[in-house]
Amino acid sequence: MPGTVQSIERAAAILRTLAGGPGRLGLTEIARTLDLAKGTTHGILRTLQLVGFVEQDRVSGQYQLGGALLHLGTSYLDINELRSRSINWADPLAARSGESVRIGTVLEGRVLVVHHVFRPDDTFQTLDVGTLLPLHATALGKVLLAYRAGGPPPDLEAFTRLTLTDAKALGTALEGVRDAGWAGEVEEFLLGQAAVAAPIRGYGGLVVGAIGISGPVDRVCDSRYRPRPHLVGYVRDAARAISRDLGAAR
Amino acid sequence: MTDRYVVAIDQGTTSTRCIVFDRRGQLVSLAQQEHKQYFPRPGWVEHDAMEIWRNVERLAPRVLSRAGIGLGQVAAVGIANQRETTVIWDRVTGVPIGRAIIWQDTRTDSLVHTLASSPAAKDVSETSGLPLATYFSGPRLRWMLDHTPGLRERAERGEVLCGTMETWLIWNLTGRAQHVTDVTNASRTMLLDVRSLDWSERALDFFGIPRAMLPAVRPSIGGFGTASEGFPGVRIGAALGDQQAALFGQTCFTPGEAKCTYGTGSFLLLNTGADLIHPENGLLSTVAYQIAGERAVYALEGSIAITGSLVQWFRDQLELISSAPEIETLARTVADNGGCYIVPAFSGLYAPYWRSEARGVIVGLTSYITKGHLARAVLEATAWQTREVVDAMNANSGLALTTLKVDGGMTADNLLMQMIADVLDVPLVRPLAVETVSLGAAYAAGLAVGYWPDLDGLRRNWHIAGQWMPAMDPAVRSAEYANWRRAVERTFDWIQPA
Ligand SMILES: Nc1ncnc2c1ncn2[C@@H]1O[C@H](COP(=O)(O)OP(=O)(O)O)[C@@H](O)[C@H]1O
Repeated sequence: MPGTVQSIERAAAILRTLAGGPGRLGLTEIARTLDLAKGTTHGILRTLQLVGFVEQDRVSGQYQLGGALLHLGTSYLDINELRSRSINWADPLAARSGESVRIGTVLEGRVLVVHHVFRPDDTFQTLDVGTLLPLHATALGKVLLAYRAGGPPPDLEAFTRLTLTDAKALGTALEGVRDAGWAGEVEEFLLGQAAVAAPIRGYGGLVVGAIGISGPVDRVCDSRYRPRPHLVGYVRDAARAISRDLGAAR
Repeated sequence: MTDRYVVAIDQGTTSTRCIVFDRRGQLVSLAQQEHKQYFPRPGWVEHDAMEIWRNVERLAPRVLSRAGIGLGQVAAVGIANQRETTVIWDRVTGVPIGRAIIWQDTRTDSLVHTLASSPAAKDVSETSGLPLATYFSGPRLRWMLDHTPGLRERAERGEVLCGTMETWLIWNLTGRAQHVTDVTNASRTMLLDVRSLDWSERALDFFGIPRAMLPAVRPSIGGFGTASEGFPGVRIGAALGDQQAALFGQTCFTPGEAKCTYGTGSFLLLNTGADLIHPENGLLSTVAYQIAGERAVYALEGSIAITGSLVQWFRDQLELISSAPEIETLARTVADNGGCYIVPAFSGLYAPYWRSEARGVIVGLTSYITKGHLARAVLEATAWQTREVVDAMNANSGLALTTLKVDGGMTADNLLMQMIADVLDVPLVRPLAVETVSLGAAYAAGLAVGYWPDLDGLRRNWHIAGQWMPAMDPAVRSAEYANWRRAVERTFDWIQPA
C-alpha cells in the first residue's frame, strides 16, 4: 500500500492497545500483544510520551494513555500557560514596535484575547484580556483561521467598508496568509487602525495561537497602505521565539 | 559600528539564567538551566555550588550565540543572585566543602533559639538591621563550622573561603582572583554593620565566624574585576542580591518608590534613600544598592517565604494541575474561595510575624469545597500576605503606598494580579520587562562601565505594560481580611520546643 507510514500505523496500534487494556500496560506486554520488537516498541512509546499521548507511571514504569489525548480536539494549550510562556517575548515586541501587543486563541468562533501589553507610551490604557474579537476582521483572527481545519465562520459581519465579507475573498486572503506566514489588517475592523499578526506554534508545528501588534494606520503602514516590513519582521521574530520555547522546532 | 549589549547572570533558587539586554533594556536572548534541589532531611534544602558554576560556564556561550553576538560586543556583565544562600570552599582546590545551604533551609532552628537567649543578640540585630532568624547567612555559617570536623581551624588559617552565590561566581569568573561580596548581599548575613558597611567585629564574635574566611565588601555598582572564565575579557560591573536587583530594574531610585517581586517567595522593597529606617512590624532594613564613591541607598523590606512555591506544591505534591499557570484556569472554575483559606507557613512565617514555629494550615474545609476553591485559596494566600506586608510598611514608613510596581513569574497570572489590586485597594502596575531581576543586574553593570550614562537614562526605559485597578467591595475586603487573619492565628505555636 503506497503512502502509508509504518511507524504511524504502529503508534496507532499501541494507542488502541492501551485504550483497550485493563489499565496500565508494561513494555513487554505491549510488544508481545502487537508482535513487535521491544526496541521498536520502546522507541515509539518514547515519542508518544514526548508529545503527551502516552504517560509512564513513575513507580511501576508501565504505560497508559496521556492527558494530551483527552484534550485533542478541544483546547490544545492552556490559555494561561500560553500567556506565561509568551510574556517574555511580548514585552520586547511592544518595546521595539512602539505599539500594543495582543495574543489570541480561538474560542467559539471568535478570537479570545489571552494577553495584552500596553503601547509603551505610558498613556492611560485598559487591559482587555478576555475580550472577544471577530476572526475574519482582525489580523490575529486571520492567522488563526488560516491554520485551522474547516471553513471560515458563516457570519462575515461588516465592521467597515473594507471588512472581507465575501467568503471567497476571505479564502483567498487566508491562502495569502499561509503563503506569507503572517497576516495584515488595515481598517477592516476599526477605521484608522491597522494590525499585523503571526502564528505561534506548539509541539509538532501545530498553531496554538497568534501574536500581533495594532495601532494607527499611519504608524503601522507605509505610504502604499501596506504594513511596514520592519514591523512585520518584529512580529514574526516574536512569534518564532515563542514557538521555539513551546517546542515547535522539535 | 556594531551594537553593544549587557549580559545579566541571574543565579536563582531553581535555575540560573543568562540574559542579553540591549540599550533600551529589552531582552535580546535568554538561556536557562535548572539545577538540582537537595532535600536531605525535612527542613533542609541544599544546592551543589559546583553544578551552578558549571551551568554558568555552559550558559555563557549559549546566550551569546542565541543573540548572534561575540564577546567583544558585551560591554559588561552583572550578577543578581539568590540571597542568603551560603557556601564554603577550599581556597587551593576550589572545591566546595559540602553543599551550599540555601535560604529556605531551617536547620539552624535550635541554634538560633540558643543564640537568641544570649544578651548580645539584641545588639547584633540592631547593628545588622535584621531579626535573628534561620533565614540569614550568619547562623548558617556557624552551623557549617560546627558540623564539619576541622573546618573552624582551617577557616582560621585562611585555607577555606566562604560567600554567598555572587561571591562564589565572581571568584570563579575571575579565575580565583577576586574574593569579594557586594554590600546588598553582605547586608543579608547578620554579620555586616549596615551603617558602616563593613563586617561587624561584634557580630563575628557573636556567631563565632573567623574573619579570614570572609570576602571583602564592595559597593554593588563599580568593579569586581574582569572575567577570565565564562565571559573572558568582559568587566564584571555589578553584583546585587536578586531582590535589590529587581528594585533597581524597576528604577525605584527615589525614596518612597516600592516594588514587589512575585517568584518562589515574594519580596516587597521600599526605597528609603540615604536614611536607614529603624525596622518595625517584622520588616527588615537592608542596603538597596551602592554606587562606588557614593553613599549607600537603603530599603525597607517585607519578605514572604512562600508564594509561587505554594503553586509548585499544588502542582508537584498534590498533582492537581500539571503546570503552574493552570492554577488560574482551575481557580476560574469557581466564583470565590467557598470559605476556604490556606496559610502556607511551610517553614514558619516571615514578615510581619517572623514565627519559625508556625506551620501551614488549610481551614474552612466543608464537603462543598472543590479543587477549584483550593486553587483560589492558593492564589489568595499570596494576595493577603502582600496586604499584611503593605500594612506593616505603611505603618513603619509613615507613607501610604499609592501604587505597587510588580514583577516576577507570577505576574503572568491575571487573576492573581487583580486579587492583589483588590485586597490592597491600590492599582498594580507591571513594567515592560518581567525579568526585572536580570534587568536590574544589567542596568547596574551597564551603569558601572558607562554603557548607560545615568539613572535618569535608565528611568526613561521604564514603561507600563499592564495595569490592574482595584474593584472590590470594601465590605467584602474587610470581612475576607478578618477571615485571613483568623486563619493565620491557627498556624501559631504548632512546633513545640523539644
Ligand atoms: N501563571 C502563574 N500563576 C501562578 N503562579 C505562577 C504562574 N507562573 C509561574 N508561577 C510561579 O512563579 C514561580 C516562578 O517565578 P520566577 O519569577 O521564575 O521565580 P524564581 O525566580 O523565584 O525562581 C514559581 O514558583 C511558579 O509556581
